[in-house]
Formats: sequence, structure tokens, C-alpha cells
Amino acid sequence: MWAITEISSNTIIIMSNIIDLKKGLDIPISGEAALEAKGTVVPDIVAVKPTDFKGFTPRLLVKEGDRVLAGSPVLADKRNPDIILTSPVSGTVQEVVRGDKRKLLAILVKTDTVSEAVDFGSGIPSDAEGVKALLLRSGLWPSIVQRPYGTIADPASTPKSIFISTFSTAPLSADTEFVFKDDIEAIQDAVTSLAKIAKVVVCVKEGGKLFAKLENAKVFTIRGKKHPAGNVGVQISHIDPIKKGETVWTVSPVALAAFGRLLRTGKLSLARKVAVTGPAAIAPAYVEALPGTPVKAFKAFYDNTTEELRFVGGDVLTGENLGEEGFLGFFDNQLTLLREGRERELLGWAKPFRFNQFSTSKAYFSWLLPKKKYKMDTNTHGGVRAFVCSDVYGKVLPMDIFPVYLIKACLAGDIDKMEQFGIYEVLPEDLALCEFVDPSKNDIQAIISDGIDLMIKEMA
Amino acid sequence: MEEKTVKPGLFEKGGRLGWLHSTWDAFDTFLRVPSTVTSKGAHVRDSLDIKRVMILVVIALVPAALFGMWNVGYQHHLAVGDLPGFWNQFLWGLVKVLPLYIVSYLVGLGIEFTSAQIKGEEVNEGYLVTGFLIPLIVPVDVPLWMLAIAVAFAVIFGKEVFGGTGMNFLNPALLSRAFLFFSYPSQMSGSMVWIKPRIGADAITGATPLSYMGDGMQALSDNGFTFWNMFAGTIPGSVGETSVIAILLGACILLWTGVASWKVMVSSVAGALLVGWIGNLCGATDIPAYYQLVMGGFAFGTVFMATDPVTSAQTETGKWIYGFLVGALCVTVRLFNPGYAEGMMLAILLMNTFAPLIDHCVTSSATKRRAKKVSLV
Repeated sequence: MWAITEISSNTIIIMSNIIDLKKGLDIPISGEAALEAKGTVVPDIVAVKPTDFKGFTPRLLVKEGDRVLAGSPVLADKRNPDIILTSPVSGTVQEVVRGDKRKLLAILVKTDTVSEAVDFGSGIPSDAEGVKALLLRSGLWPSIVQRPYGTIADPASTPKSIFISTFSTAPLSADTEFVFKDDIEAIQDAVTSLAKIAKVVVCVKEGGKLFAKLENAKVFTIRGKKHPAGNVGVQISHIDPIKKGETVWTVSPVALAAFGRLLRTGKLSLARKVAVTGPAAIAPAYVEALPGTPVKAFKAFYDNTTEELRFVGGDVLTGENLGEEGFLGFFDNQLTLLREGRERELLGWAKPFRFNQFSTSKAYFSWLLPKKKYKMDTNTHGGVRAFVCSDVYGKVLPMDIFPVYLIKACLAGDIDKMEQFGIYEVLPEDLALCEFVDPSKNDIQAIISDGIDLMIKEMA
Repeated sequence: MEEKTVKPGLFEKGGRLGWLHSTWDAFDTFLRVPSTVTSKGAHVRDSLDIKRVMILVVIALVPAALFGMWNVGYQHHLAVGDLPGFWNQFLWGLVKVLPLYIVSYLVGLGIEFTSAQIKGEEVNEGYLVTGFLIPLIVPVDVPLWMLAIAVAFAVIFGKEVFGGTGMNFLNPALLSRAFLFFSYPSQMSGSMVWIKPRIGADAITGATPLSYMGDGMQALSDNGFTFWNMFAGTIPGSVGETSVIAILLGACILLWTGVASWKVMVSSVAGALLVGWIGNLCGATDIPAYYQLVMGGFAFGTVFMATDPVTSAQTETGKWIYGFLVGALCVTVRLFNPGYAEGMMLAILLMNTFAPLIDHCVTSSATKRRAKKVSLV
């Protein structure tokens, strides 16, 4: 489909608003959540975790025993005190959890039986400053991610565009058409508000109905369903590539829905449908939960009495290893349950057939079973080596960059080369599939993340 | 109160034989998949690892190796004029080739294990392939001590000084052959080295087809070389290089599993054909271009050496250029240097050296292209 999108001073600019993405990979992991909501998880305790946000240096605004409402500030950023995190529930501050070197890890809030919320006033603000102020006051500002580097957006700056990917192609990720079907009007309000700050670009999947009608935004259809077609970074690199000195903001649909509800009701409501998924999940399905809900509140979905499990907040490629004592992250609308793969398979690599192991490579025979879903575990299936194969990485990355060159530039800490090979266009999540397929078993996302940290330090 | 301390295992760091940790680990993980789980990033990983990649290349080499062993026996018995049965020919060749394998693996793996031990790292699997390749590309009669020195040179100076498998820029197997060629030329060239003569036997001509490169088609056919016997491989030559059929079997395995790049293979053949054809046009030789593909080490080099993922070009565009130049250079050497007509070894080594430059050009132009990308909104 071609459309005439802009007519100005006798120039007709014709653009395609369909983006074709062919490369990628859908990891056939078992445990997809059934499209049914199994009630609401009501936790005793909810955690506010500053570690969910890159570039947030927390300063405490509350002490143990303080009462908070849903929307009350609990943490502020040391470098920019306007950026705050607020409590998602009303209750009493029970504990401030610190880690090594007294690093602030979480604030635990004991929840009230009936939640009370701060009233921020409803209605769409009239201008960009109003929108920014509301986002800052309500604690939703940190959900705006700024690229390059994936840090919290700088409220004083204006991005060249704001990107919203309305679908996720990550393994077992929540189906956004199902999850947000009741939130679409709220999301429209949020988009309308954000459009006052900068032009909003919405990417929808081909055949998707729910988000395609969003207004006050430029809608692009992403053709190609393989992961990482739903990654906002991939979409940006095809639609509005980031060059040195430019910034683009991204907002996840989860945050967008919360912002929309805030606009409509005046109250902070961060509840979302969470897909409980993964090979170790019992009857995987959706439940309604808050960010910061303890993993143990999902006890009905797992049984770790006989085997060691891993609890991943998010998807298996990019999620955080929460541990059973951990809490769901701010952005998570998925919990993935996996078995830890610690047993040692005899002659694994030398067996001609390993029908229970998936490989994208034809070195194994999983290509014979294209429909099979695998009960994957966390074993690395091999030791760490130097990069040997050169063509496996590009096949799963639909971006015009050379992944191995970028990775090696990050390893070498070479700023010029990192710039040259596209560090501004990627976040670790964009190279997650490269990490999955890597036969040399390198932690590619960690390497990219270190590279980004170095860029932030050197370019500041 | 009794304090329980966990003693480190025998081979673990701090254990009594802790200094042998890398060696123990190599054998241990050879037998059983390690129990390591992901700690950062993607929580699940593909089941392919470097061990599997390397063993596939070895499997792909097996047809060429087996044929080579038979051919060594066959050529010998043909030369002495008494042809025993198939198995006797094969056994004769096996007995000749096996010591080459033993020396290649003992010396090479010895150095690999030692250097892994020194660095305290896991043992790389790269030598599984290199060690299998080396006996296939040397004359069967090479003295074992020469082979040992060549292997040691290739592994130490071709690979370990750069940091091991994955960091080297020259193909270690070819480097060992180049070392032999330049250090002991009398044992490596001429027409006497390719067949094991029997002491006291009559003069044997064991020339490879490339020896007649300068003399043209007539000389080739006068000496009994046809396209088909060169294709089948029943001719003198290095152990593994003669049979294009066996090499093609290996190529199928490598291409199907995706271990080797089809782009390098296709472009190498294209480069060889083009230069061969130009050679025909300008009268440099009357040997048809397609003969170049079945003569000497071209096929073996194209399938197993040029495609080495570490030392070939890394970018996909670069692979086309790299492969093309390998083929083109190989035939150029053949056409214009009849004194040493086997151009494949030097063509690949030269292109190994230039591969980073090719990649640099490809990545730089991509960077410029990206800088010009326009926004669609």
C-alpha cells in the first residue's frame, strides 16, 4: 500500500507505511498463556524497584512506617528531582531493601485492603508542558525510555519522535490485542497527549485490528511476524533511524494504558494483565497484577518442590531473573517459568539426534519438526568460546548493522567503532536473538550493555 | 562446633591436580554437556555449540580422508606395477596416513592443551578440524619430524599468539603446509613426492596434473590425465585433495548444515572459471577453464579452507569478493607460474591476509549508507 502522506509546497512525498521485515526467529518454547484471565493477584506487599529504570539514582522520599497512597512519591532521582517514582498502591512503607554497598534495591509497601489513590485531576492537558508535568507528578515519567542508550527520558528535551510498538513478538509474550482490548480508549487519550510533545509513531502488526485505528499518530504496519519485528528498536531503525545527537522516546503499551487511565480517571492505576508463561508453568494463562507483585503471589502457577525453577520477569530473551523471593518489574506484563538446566547430558553435542533440543542450525534435526514446541531450560549447551561463526547473527537481526563488529567494538571499548557500527540504534534487547543463536555462548546483551554504559560515561 | 569446609575437587582450582584443570575440563565436557546455566541475558540458548560445529567439519572431511587413504595405496601399487585387492590398497594407505594423523594430533593438541592450561581457559575445539586437515594436504611421504615442526609452527604462530581459535587471521592448516613448502622445498614439490616409492623399485613418475600446467592439454592427456579421472581422484596428489567426488560429498554436508558459506564456494568457482576462460581467450593455456576446478588443490581448498569462518571475510558482501579473489588468484598463479603451479595454498593465505581489508571496505560503505538513511516520518 502506498499513500500520499504529505503535500507541501508543490512537493509530493510518497512514502510506504508498510515495513517489511524478513529476518528473525520465533523460538519454539512451550507454555503459551491461554487467552483467558484467571482473576486478580492481590498481594500483601508490593515493591517499588528503582533498578527497573536505567539512569535512575534513587533518593528516598519516605521512611519505614510512612503511609502512602497509590500515586504518592516514594523515590526521586538524585540528578533530576522532578523525576519521581510513586507507589502503585496505598499502604504503609514496610521496609527499605538495600543490597551491596547499601545500594537501594526496593521499597516494600504493605498494601491496604481498600486502595486509595492520589487525585491528579482528569482530562487531557492542553499543552506539552502540561503533559510532561502530569507524567512527572504521577510517577509515570520514568516509563518513557529515551534512545540512544535506553535511559529515562530527559524532561527538558524534545525528541524527534515518540515510538510505540503495539505488539510484541518476543517468545510467549502477552497478546496485546487481548490484554488491551478494554484499554484502547485510554490508550488513544495517551497517544493524543503525547502527540503534544512530539510526533507519535505507532507500529502495528499486519492483520492487527485493535491499534490500527489510533489517531493523532502516524501508523506503520510491520509486515513480518518473526521476532524481533515487534521490537521498537528495530522499527525505529527502519522508520526514523537515530543518528548522533538525535533522540527518540519510546513508550510501552503497558505504560501507555496506565497513562490513559490516569487521564480518564485522574488516578494512578498500574494494574495490567500479566501472562504467566513458560515450560514450567502450570496451566499458563493471564492474571491481573500490579508491578512489584511478589513472585510468590503466583504460587498457583508453579511447583518447585521437586525441581529448581527460574522465575523470569518478562520474556526468556530479555527478562530479569527475579528469583522466587523477587518482585515483578515495572514494565513486566509477563512472567516466564523455566527449569534450571543443571543436569549433564551424556555426549550431548556428539549425538546425531537430540529431538528434545531446539536449534536453528541444521547441525541438529529440529528442522524436521517445525511445529514442535520445546520444554527449554536454562542450560547454555556449551562452553564460552571466541566468535567463530560469522553469518548466524545477521540472520536473526533485521537491522542494517553488523552485529559481531558492534559486539567486538563494545568489547574493545572503542567509542569511534561503536558509533560507526550503530551503537546509537540498539539496546541490548535488540541483539537478544544473536545471543540466543550464538554457538560461542557469549553474553552478548551484557557486552552491549557495558558498551552503552561506556558511551554514557564518555559522551556525558 | 565442627566446621564443614567443602574441599575443592581433585581437578578444581585449589585441588591437588588443579593445575590440570583445563585438561580435565576438556575431557569432561567432551563426554558430558557442562552443567552451566545462563547467568546474564537470554535465559535459554540454542543447542548448537562450537564442538558440534567443529565435529561437523570433521565428518565432512571423512569421505576425502577415506578416499585419500585408498588412493595412496592404489597409486603406490599402480606405480610398482602390482595391484592387490581393494582392501589391501586401502590398508596400505591407512598405514601410511595414520602416522601423519597421530603426529598431527599429538603435537597440535599438546600445544592447544598446554596453552589453555597456561591461560587457565577452556580448550578450544578448533584443532579438531585443523588436525584432521593437515594430513590431507601434505605429501604422504613427508618425514614425520618435519610435519611435527610444521604443526607446532602453525599452531603457535598461526593461532595461539593471537589468542587461539577465533582470533587467528591465517588458516592454521594452510600455514603448516606453507611452512613445509618454504622450509623443505625438496620434500614438498617436484614429481617424486606424491607417491610412496618402494626402495629399489624402478623409477616412478608420480607427477600431479599441475606439473603439466605449462605444457598444456596435450601433455596432460599424454600422461593419462582426463577430466574424469581427475574428477574421480585416481591420480597422484596430496592425500585428501584428489577426489572431487569425495570433496563434493563433504561440501554437501557443510552447505546443508550451514557451517561453511556457500557464497565463498560459489564465488571461488566463479573466479577460477573466469580467469581460466580469460587464459583460454588470450592463449595463455589451452586447458579448458573447467579443468581448473578438478586439478590440484582447488576443490579441496575452496570447500574446506577458503570457507574457514574465522579467516575468511566476515561480512556477507565481503565473502563474495573474498571467494572470487581466491579462485581468480589460484588460477592466475597456475597460468603464469608453471614452476610452482599449485596456486591454491598461496591464494587462500593471501586472501586471509586481505579479508580484514575487504571487510573494512564493506563495513565502511555500510556506515556511509546508514548515515544517508532518511526518516519516513
